[in-house]
Amino acid sequence: MSDDASSAARDLTSGSPDVPLAYGSGVEMKARSQWAYVRIRFLRHRLAVASLIVLVLIGLVGVFAPQLAPYGYDQPNYDNAVQSPTLEGWHLFGTDQLGRDYLSRVMYGIRTSLWVAFFVAFLSTAIGTTIGALAGYYSGHVDNLLMRLTDLMLTLPGLAVLLTASVYLGSGDPLKIGLILAFLFWTAVARIVRGLFLSLREKEFVEAAKAAGASDLRIIVRHMLPNCLGPIIVYATLLVAAAILVEAALSFLGFGIQPPNAALGKLVSEGQGEGFDLWWLVTFPGLVIVLIALCVNFVGDGLRDAFDPTQRRIRA
Amino acid sequence: MLSYVVRRLLYSVVVLAAASFLVFTFVSVSGDPLAELNIIPNLSEQSRQNVIDRKHLDDPIPVRYGYWVRDAVTNQFGTTLLGDRPILPDLWRVMKNTLQLVLVAELLAILVAIGIGVSSARRQYSAFDYTATTVSFLGLATPVFWLALMLQVLVVQVYEHTGLKLFPIASLNSIDPGTGIHFAIDRAHHLVLPVLVLMVASVASYSRYIRASMLEVMGSDYMRTARAKGLPERQVTMRHGFRNALIPLVTLVALSFGSLLGGAIVVETVFSLDGMGLYFVNALRANDPYPVMAWLMVTATMIIVFNLIADIAYGYLDPRVRYE
Amino acid sequence: MPEPILTIRDLTVEFDTEDGVVHAVTGVGYDLYTGEVLGVVGESGCGKSVSMLSVLGLIPRPPGRIVSGEAIFRGEDLLKLPEVRLRRIRGGPMAMIFQDPLTSLNPVLTIGDQIVEAIKVHNPDSSDTVARVRAVELLQLVGVPSAEQRYHQYPHEFSGGMRQRAMIAMAIANDPSVLVADEPTTALDVTIQAQIIEVLKAAQRETHAATVLITHDLGLIAELADRVVVMYAGKVVEIGDVFSIFDSPRHPYTVGLLSSLARLDADVDRLEPIAGQPPSLITPPPGCAFHPRCALSQGRMACRTDVPELRALGPEEGHLSACHFAEELDAAAQPVGGTS
Repeated sequence: MSDDASSAARDLTSGSPDVPLAYGSGVEMKARSQWAYVRIRFLRHRLAVASLIVLVLIGLVGVFAPQLAPYGYDQPNYDNAVQSPTLEGWHLFGTDQLGRDYLSRVMYGIRTSLWVAFFVAFLSTAIGTTIGALAGYYSGHVDNLLMRLTDLMLTLPGLAVLLTASVYLGSGDPLKIGLILAFLFWTAVARIVRGLFLSLREKEFVEAAKAAGASDLRIIVRHMLPNCLGPIIVYATLLVAAAILVEAALSFLGFGIQPPNAALGKLVSEGQGEGFDLWWLVTFPGLVIVLIALCVNFVGDGLRDAFDPTQRRIRA
Repeated sequence: MLSYVVRRLLYSVVVLAAASFLVFTFVSVSGDPLAELNIIPNLSEQSRQNVIDRKHLDDPIPVRYGYWVRDAVTNQFGTTLLGDRPILPDLWRVMKNTLQLVLVAELLAILVAIGIGVSSARRQYSAFDYTATTVSFLGLATPVFWLALMLQVLVVQVYEHTGLKLFPIASLNSIDPGTGIHFAIDRAHHLVLPVLVLMVASVASYSRYIRASMLEVMGSDYMRTARAKGLPERQVTMRHGFRNALIPLVTLVALSFGSLLGGAIVVETVFSLDGMGLYFVNALRANDPYPVMAWLMVTATMIIVFNLIADIAYGYLDPRVRYE
Repeated sequence: MPEPILTIRDLTVEFDTEDGVVHAVTGVGYDLYTGEVLGVVGESGCGKSVSMLSVLGLIPRPPGRIVSGEAIFRGEDLLKLPEVRLRRIRGGPMAMIFQDPLTSLNPVLTIGDQIVEAIKVHNPDSSDTVARVRAVELLQLVGVPSAEQRYHQYPHEFSGGMRQRAMIAMAIANDPSVLVADEPTTALDVTIQAQIIEVLKAAQRETHAATVLITHDLGLIAELADRVVVMYAGKVVEIGDVFSIFDSPRHPYTVGLLSSLARLDADVDRLEPIAGQPPSLITPPPGCAFHPRCALSQGRMACRTDVPELRALGPEEGHLSACHFAEELDAAAQPVGGTS
């Protein structure tokens, strides 16, 4: 190359901000934080966004149930007994043999069920993440103990363990039920976080942090945990759905939340007790459970894709 | 291979022993076996003392545990608290019924899920695929007890409006089912709804898994190599794709066995089927720890054996994990 | 010049993606002659693999689409052949070796089974025993030790180099006349690379196949290739015999490639990369695809508006370049190595 050409080439090579490239593509990229990207990708999933909106609405109904419900939870009204769903008197979900309005009952049920579900998801995630992180990072005894424990839990059907626990620890109170459920769920979270930490531990940035003199705690919290947040959040979301379904099953069988506390599962079983002619008593509380679980699952799916778009999946 | 199996079995025995001790202690400490007794009016002091003697309720927990183990191993798991019924014969009877229900449901679920999963993967993003995914989501969001109830409601409403009796909604058999083939048909007729309900959750999760697995396999390099060799597409899909995609299903089925039994508990309760699930719920409601313990031990053993079989099958199918 | 065994003309392949239509290959054409090793070289994403994969019908359609072109092999246009006929050519007269032998072999089938499969699909009448014997023979040919025992082993029990040997064995099983090697050494350790190069040479000697060697490794080209096709952004930019390409490159991209090589025999203070980035294949720049990065262009109108044709240059036979100002390189051209 001639001197001119080669010096021109070198100019182009330098790449410093004041020497523009010969060709500008015209596409400017704005620098964004990682969370912003997650948010953008999540918002692209219309179904997940719609589900989130529905969930928020349902949540609001639960929070403001005492204000919104046209009737009380346990308010008999023999004049209105055995009404199929009708717009009159706001009996959108009908009434039972005692004349109790099921719309109101379902609203109070939503309140309790959602509360328990989020409580369980939060508590089990907190405990499971802590223990899983320690087990995955340190290995050794803590890890062994954790693995034996999860092995133990895997040999028994989850529902059976929960039923037994609720019989012998006492049921009826949402807080107790929440604690019992969290007691079973945290092992699942711990197992996952342990796996994540085991694979992260070998990554170079951990070695680099150690070489820089960072303490174990700092490495775990500041370096490794943020990398796991995506899968943990997704899993916690799925736990909410699982918790709702399990709590409903427990309450339905009579081992879960009991009156005077409202619970959707209990409503279904009470409805069952009144016979198959009054079909609305069984249908609507269950339908609400399905709706909540469905929406939570859609949101979870959207989150999973937002955190890890490399997996090609159906845009549900 | 043999040493591997033996090691696993020994390990499982230890796990079972540990689990049984923990559960027994938990149950004995937190529940008061005599609570049920105290509810019965006019119970003579002598009868009460008999029960205490029989169950060694005066002795400390480890001693009681020892008696329980002895009973478990030598005496058909002992007897129930009230009524002194031998546990094992009942348990065995209900276990057979439940296994029948669960195995049929699981087998059908696997077949249906394979059909749906493979078709979805082949026709990715098609209307069929989207429908299948949506239905899967629905299936996973539907509580088992509610689905069971809705089917019952449906059958009853159809009967009331049209006089048509679609399926029985309760019990394993009718009052007088006859023998031989008649009995079998009657049983099958009664099992239709329960099997259907149990299948839903399984099909929902398996089909999504198979779809994902098939997609991953279909995009893999060795599929391209197979095509580059000139193999017909059918052989590429079946020999190279299908087999590889199904291997992880073995693990999934094994892991789902626990939740399948949980579903059986609910289904049997709703449909009043004389199976393990209903037996367990009744024992819990009666606050009788002995059948509860027996049930937990038997179930745990079933799950352990099942997992072991699944592991061996997996090793047979996937040569990469053999001889670990 | 004898007739080429494979002639590709005007091949254009596109892919539909979420972000738009990717013009992976545009108007690509080159010839392949019997017994030669043709090196196809270029950066990742330049379309060198996609071209050959399209010829063999191995690109997924959808989202891929062969918009135009022809690939004449033994008098037939492969791009127009029905799948049934094309299948008889794949793995038989025309075979392909892929980059990563670990993922390119089915993990649950034995190596022997997979080679036998390749044999039997093109020789359905041969018995199992005959196929088995041939498979072992092939393994021995490519240098797999204890071939008889290795026949029954699974891919994960082979080392990386042995796996690639097995893949080569599979490809030459049916005496192909065209062998396509897509980055055959990229996934292997450097020391193993040398061994595989020897295996490829042996395979070529054995089958007298015309070999298409797709790679980004210029060292491999220098060692093995007879002629070279240089590709950039989905187009062919230069074709020539290996000595001419290395001694007097006639396209600025080729010049840049060769200049950026680290060399033992040159006294260079710093490596000289080509400035800029490869262009987007969804919205390629107008005119010559290389002009934004081209030191020779200096912003001339022709480069920015007209797509240069691949044309023969002067007296040198078979040396083609797609550059408006290739002649200017002639004067400024210098052998690779040495400072300017």
